[in-house]
Amino acid sequence: MDKTVRNFAIGLVVLIILAPLGLLAVGETFGEWSNEEIEEKLGFVPPGLEQLSSTWSAPLPDYAFPGGENSDSMTLSAAAYILSAVIGVIVCGGLLYFVGKRVAKD
Amino acid sequence: MIPIWYYAGRKLSSELKSRQVPLLALAAAFSFVIMMFNLPIPGGSTGHAVGAGIIGIVLGPWAAVIAITVALVLQALMFGDGGITAIAANCFNMAVVMPFVAYYVYRTLSGGTEITSSRRVIAAAIAGYIALTIAAGLTGFEFGIQPLLHQDASGMPLYMPYGLSIAVPAMLIEHAFGFSILEGLITALIFAYIQRTDTSILYGERSPSKKKKSKMTAPA
Repeated sequence: MDKTVRNFAIGLVVLIILAPLGLLAVGETFGEWSNEEIEEKLGFVPPGLEQLSSTWSAPLPDYAFPGGENSDSMTLSAAAYILSAVIGVIVCGGLLYFVGKRVAKD
Repeated sequence: MIPIWYYAGRKLSSELKSRQVPLLALAAAFSFVIMMFNLPIPGGSTGHAVGAGIIGIVLGPWAAVIAITVALVLQALMFGDGGITAIAANCFNMAVVMPFVAYYVYRTLSGGTEITSSRRVIAAAIAGYIALTIAAGLTGFEFGIQPLLHQDASGMPLYMPYGLSIAVPAMLIEHAFGFSILEGLITALIFAYIQRTDTSILYGERSPSKKKKSKMTAPA
């Protein structure tokens, strides 16, 4: 059991390192367009979307450093992407680990 | 979504064993990272697998609800991915529909076969494939009804501009011929790995694995 968990963790680390491969994909997921992309496609931004888009501003939008979303530097984007993956793994894993340990039986 | 989360939380806290906790944590982390792997497809769009197939099979569907929800909520809050207002819909599609479909497809196709049989690997692959395809189709449907539900007086769409006739095929086709295949592969690969190493971690398979313990320590 512990060995399996350890090997999964190793696999996860490899995935994190490879994560910037996901940056190579050009374009945006269906339905996840930004307001600018929508405007390009339709010529206008649907008014409801425009209103909602200010509901929340994420600290690291698009898995990039602040101001770096449109950066041309692949190294910088890759570093930001890996850092995002590390943050994601630590927060997701950490949260469930501690909450899980608290509620778990035996 | 709130009653589902509530029930999943209750179920998890009454069933979760201490030794499953690291797996649960890993599952959420894995789902988070796998969704970062955007794949390009012809037509200039991208998409990703979710990992919910294998998580549903290994941890059971209710635990998967919690693990994937955590990953999705973090994506939305921290990275602006998926969106705050879409959290409930995203969670329903990817954290509820997917693991449940995967789990029951896998169960049905496995039938009464041995836990180590190769039929189960194929069952896992098909489960992952079908789960993501159904979730994608459902998402397309949810996109597609937006222009019908939300438009202003002049018929201008308030949110989603594309209707059912565009959104459903777009989501279905790009997943059925792309991302779902990846999801199926991931599900089968991880499942095969678990078969060779430690089947006792599989949801609902605790007892039969005990007697194979001696056999399992040999490889790896």
